[in-house]
Amino acid sequence: MLSPEDVQKVATLARLKLSEEELEQIGHQLGEILDYVAVLDEVDVSEVEPMAHVADVFNAFRADETRVSLPREESLSNAPKTDGKYFLVPQILENA
Amino acid sequence: MEFTPIIGLEVHVQLLTKSKLFCGCPNLFNPDNPNVQTCPVCIGLPGSLPVMNQEALRLSQKTAMALNLNLANFTKWDRKQYYYPDLPKAYQISQFDLPFSYDGWVEVTLPSSGETTKVRLIRAHLEEDAGKNMHDESGRGGDSKVDLNRTGTPLLEIVSEPDIRSAEEARVFLEELRLLLRYIEVSDCNMQEGSMRCDANVNLHVHEDGEKIPTPIVEVKNLNSFRGVEAAIEHEIKRQIKAWETDRKRIGDVPKETRGWDADRGQTFGQRGKEDAADYRYFPDPDLVPVTTTDEQFDAIRATLCVFPADRRNSYVSDLGLSDYDASVIVDQGREYADYFDEVTSVCGDGKQAANWLTQDVQRELNDRKIEIAEFSILASVLGTVLQKIVKGEITIKSGRAVFTELLAQSDDGSDVTANSVDTIIADKGLGKVQDTGKIDIAIQAVIGNERNAKAVEDVRGGKQQAVGPLIGQVMRELKGADAGSVRQMIIDKLTS
Repeated sequence: MLSPEDVQKVATLARLKLSEEELEQIGHQLGEILDYVAVLDEVDVSEVEPMAHVADVFNAFRADETRVSLPREESLSNAPKTDGKYFLVPQILENA
Repeated sequence: MEFTPIIGLEVHVQLLTKSKLFCGCPNLFNPDNPNVQTCPVCIGLPGSLPVMNQEALRLSQKTAMALNLNLANFTKWDRKQYYYPDLPKAYQISQFDLPFSYDGWVEVTLPSSGETTKVRLIRAHLEEDAGKNMHDESGRGGDSKVDLNRTGTPLLEIVSEPDIRSAEEARVFLEELRLLLRYIEVSDCNMQEGSMRCDANVNLHVHEDGEKIPTPIVEVKNLNSFRGVEAAIEHEIKRQIKAWETDRKRIGDVPKETRGWDADRGQTFGQRGKEDAADYRYFPDPDLVPVTTTDEQFDAIRATLCVFPADRRNSYVSDLGLSDYDASVIVDQGREYADYFDEVTSVCGDGKQAANWLTQDVQRELNDRKIEIAEFSILASVLGTVLQKIVKGEITIKSGRAVFTELLAQSDDGSDVTANSVDTIIADKGLGKVQDTGKIDIAIQAVIGNERNAKAVEDVRGGKQQAVGPLIGQVMRELKGADAGSVRQMIIDKLTS
């Protein structure tokens, strides 16, 4: 089980607001997930190279060529608030 | 109180690619047209997939070579998680534990002491830039505006060891870095436009009773001019001295502080607390596959490097006999300027002559006309031709200046000036040095024979060599372009032998 403090820290980093009850409940759930994954700790990986990617594929590149970008209206179309030129967001506060 | 400032810099430079790091949107500074260079990839719409720009990696590796960094044959991309409106995906694609380069150095020479020091580099890694936030400055808490044109453009982060010991050294380090990156054409390093940005980590080692006490580290962010970097660090050192004297806080007593720089007030100010590095929760980006580069591929990139500014300065001093000062003046003007100098030198065969003309006559014209060397109407090959004639003794320096002035006048009138124009001007103006000793003889005879010069002639005959001056002057006026030294010798020979 994860302590309510740990859950609170993760929730803050993910910008989630959780009630006391949820902190408790999610602490249990995350604890169970971690216990489940902890099974992997039993495997000896001292001789295994850390994996950087699941696929055994390297060097997927594209050439340095430009493509047409989205028109501004489309780019802004999903935003909750715009002035027609910029995305508008609530003033960015210290420690927000 | 005895102390040593300890300074490390984090420098961000934007790379000169055509397109962004992971999508085909243009990589252009375009502040007047916000949000016109975006696509589903760079604004992080669900289902979009990033694909690595190969040129961005190549330019990064080229930079690493110039910075004496070790290159990794294997590198990968990681996600750095944080929430900020200029980063729509809520994570930045960056490099964490396996950057493409590590352990390098840059050599800097301090103008104040002439001392040369090596600033070690921890690493350089490639990441995507964020967009730009513009805050409401009315103070009424209005919305912030977000422009995502810059989001996802390739950004190189270069991190130094805390090897820098003064604000001056920090500035010189940055200037040398900028010069080098501009020479190898990976970035234009324009601090006003934000294509080069700098954060400085500053603290003090206080020396007290034989003990070395480190004070808390402060990161000064968003320094956007060379002056600003120097001034901010100077201010921060003074501020930290005062802080130590009042609260005696050591490193670890307080969390690392982030401060901004207010250029107008000339002081740093407190900003948001920085999240611990661990809070970024880095993990390998599953959307991007790792990159491998062979040594042969590195060699191919290395072959595209030009001679670095530091090596160029050295060779100008040791191979061409220039002073340290002149060598720096030429090299520090940028690659086009140094290339111009090289061409003038190779045509005229005399580096010192070329340096004199570049740092004086040419520079004066560039300053007066407020233009760069690339816009200068006298091509290097043409100036080289003029200087070659001086070096060969065909014209005097004074005549050379007259040719130079005439070339400028002609090009100002709209004609193209070429090496042929040089010959024409010399012929038309009769500026060629008179090599014909018969002709010089006749002129000397005329001057010596002139009644007005009888006294001077007698004086020279009597051994008063300084009396020869006015006679030389008259002969020279007659001939327009004889070598004064030879004329002097010929007159003395004629009168005293």
